[in-house]
Amino acid sequence: MAKIWIYAELTGGELAPISLELLAKARALGGEIEAVALGKGAEASAATLGKHGAKKVLACDDEVFDKYLAQPATDTMEALVKANSPDLILFGFTSESREVAGRLSARLGVGQVSSALDVEAAGGGFVAKVPYFGGAKVARMKLNNKPAIVLVRPKSFEAAESGGTAKVEKVTATVGADSKRAKLVERVAEKGEKVKLEDAMIIVSGGRGMQGPENFPLLEALADALGGAVGASRAVVDAGWVPYSMQVGQTGKAVRPNVYIAAGISGAMQHTVGMKGSKVIIAINKDAEAPILKMADLGVVGDALKIVPKLTEAIKAKKGK
Amino acid sequence: MKIVVTVKQIPDPNGAHKLTADNRMARDGEVVLDPGDEYGIEAALRIKEASGDAEVVLVSMGPAKAADAIRKGLSMGADRAIHVNDDALAGADALTTAQVLAAAIKAESPDLVISGTESTDGSTGMVPPMLAELLGFPQLTFAKNVEVSGNTVKIQRQTDVGYDVVEADTPALITVTAGVGEPRYASLKGIMAARSKEVKKVGLGDLGVTPGKPAEEVLDVVDAEQRKAGEVIEDDGTAVDKIVALLVKVKAV
Ligand SMILES: Cc1cc2nc3c(=O)[nH]c(=O)nc-3n(C[C@H](O)[C@H](O)[C@H](O)COP(=O)(O)OP(=O)(O)OC[C@H]3O[C@@H](n4cnc5c(N)ncnc54)[C@H](O)[C@@H]3O)c2cc1C
Ligand SMILES: Nc1ncnc2c1ncn2[C@@H]1O[C@H](COP(=O)(O)O)[C@@H](O)[C@H]1O
Repeated sequence: MAKIWIYAELTGGELAPISLELLAKARALGGEIEAVALGKGAEASAATLGKHGAKKVLACDDEVFDKYLAQPATDTMEALVKANSPDLILFGFTSESREVAGRLSARLGVGQVSSALDVEAAGGGFVAKVPYFGGAKVARMKLNNKPAIVLVRPKSFEAAESGGTAKVEKVTATVGADSKRAKLVERVAEKGEKVKLEDAMIIVSGGRGMQGPENFPLLEALADALGGAVGASRAVVDAGWVPYSMQVGQTGKAVRPNVYIAAGISGAMQHTVGMKGSKVIIAINKDAEAPILKMADLGVVGDALKIVPKLTEAIKAKKGK
Repeated sequence: MKIVVTVKQIPDPNGAHKLTADNRMARDGEVVLDPGDEYGIEAALRIKEASGDAEVVLVSMGPAKAADAIRKGLSMGADRAIHVNDDALAGADALTTAQVLAAAIKAESPDLVISGTESTDGSTGMVPPMLAELLGFPQLTFAKNVEVSGNTVKIQRQTDVGYDVVEADTPALITVTAGVGEPRYASLKGIMAARSKEVKKVGLGDLGVTPGKPAEEVLDVVDAEQRKAGEVIEDDGTAVDKIVALLVKVKAV
């Protein structure tokens, strides 16, 4: 039976949703499923990890993992891998986890497959599916080494409880003398989102077609009326209209809401790769040829600046009844 | 202070995408300097200007054509370059790429290495952490702002909610985002000057690297599943009603 590890991601003591998505995949693959949790909140996270299918959690609450980037986690993971020989390690393709995955795969000399959409067992090993050409194509990559290290894109799998409890195995931090170097000095929170984008059930996203940052309040009003969150394309993030935390797509967030409303977004592959898992997509675009209209459940050829405020009013009126 | 900037040449994003017989991305068409790496060069030049005394060295691994991308970086203002080109590197994976770049960079003993967060074509962002690991450097990633004072580097690391301030002593590796500032255009003077700047050509033999068996191989490449097209309507004044009706149907309202 293959031993499958998931790297549980902890930020400030909180378990990141990707950890549970990875466990859903690990369960589907089948095998001996264990999680490694490093940093503040590690032991406490075992209850949730257990409910989602981890049989054992290798946990270390040492705050060295929160204070210094990547290196202490890499050192400890190396020691744990050598002592336990997992066959597959699943990491989230997130800014926190990918640093550790990259260093670990180089340290062990085993390589990795990054940005994967899926993983399957094949021929006694593992094969990962990755997007090519911004998502137009999908390549199946075979991993030749042990452990196989795969970084999975967030929202590729739906987290679900399976019931169960995990045994907690306390492990010690193994940190090299030269590994306390990239030091976290301060965490700065900018304008907080009302509803977290990746958790929102409804997202209203705007692109360059919104003409300018002065029109984004139109989207906020619609999102408020629907109880959702506002997202954006990279074009408007790069233009400085809205912060990066709102970016949806290949280099932004992956989202999977019930409804995704795209206003003035052309639908470039790098954007749609982050939202095409949405249940219902509604697009408003002036250009009848815009690619986003070809993937929307309802596409409206028209002016977003006119339609969005009218839609907000109509929804408020409906809800008022 | 010596700053190495890793730069990659990529297939022109506006050109047609092709695959080779073994399903790797074809690199024989038009190529350009990865726009992400222009930010790396910009960040390095700004550090140089602020410190007054720094050398900016470009390091690139790629086929002969990568020379154009390197020349562009030199035109922007980098001082010299190292171009690793070897037939045995065609189709190299991230680990091999990082091993080769590490060998070329070690010989330079830089204070800072600056890379893009992820490349525009491969976009897996694995080369920088692997490179940092092989060099034994700490990594300061997703920097939207970089400050160097003495032998300390401090960055603002972009996060979901804002940014983290992260600091390390040199030597260190940094990855930069578009936040570091608009890359400058090469001036005519810069383009002229670049012609006489040194581009050292090296092969695997010079670096003493023997690529191992690839860590992963492509089995096949298929078209991604597309969402089925739905209904497309012209806004003739009824669009709002139709959207509301759909939202009601899926219980969003
Ligand atoms: C490596 C890489 C990574 C990337 N990552 C991302 C990513 O994570 N996320 C992302 O979004 N992009 C990403 N991109 C960029 C992507 O390729 C597109 O450039 C970007 O998504 C375009 O944004 P946009 O749709 O807002 O702008 P545009 O493509 O300029 O589209 C604007 C649209 O608005 C329409 N419009 C104009 N006026 C109106 C109006 N009044 N009413 C209605 N519609 C109107 C136009 O018809 C047009 O379709 C990436 C690119 C690369 C190379
Ligand atoms: N062949 C290469 N030559 C030089 N630098 C590279 C090469 N491949 C990747 N890099 C660097 O690593 C960054 C991230 O690339 P990647 O890991 O491929 O997404 C790029 O922006 C470059 O700075």
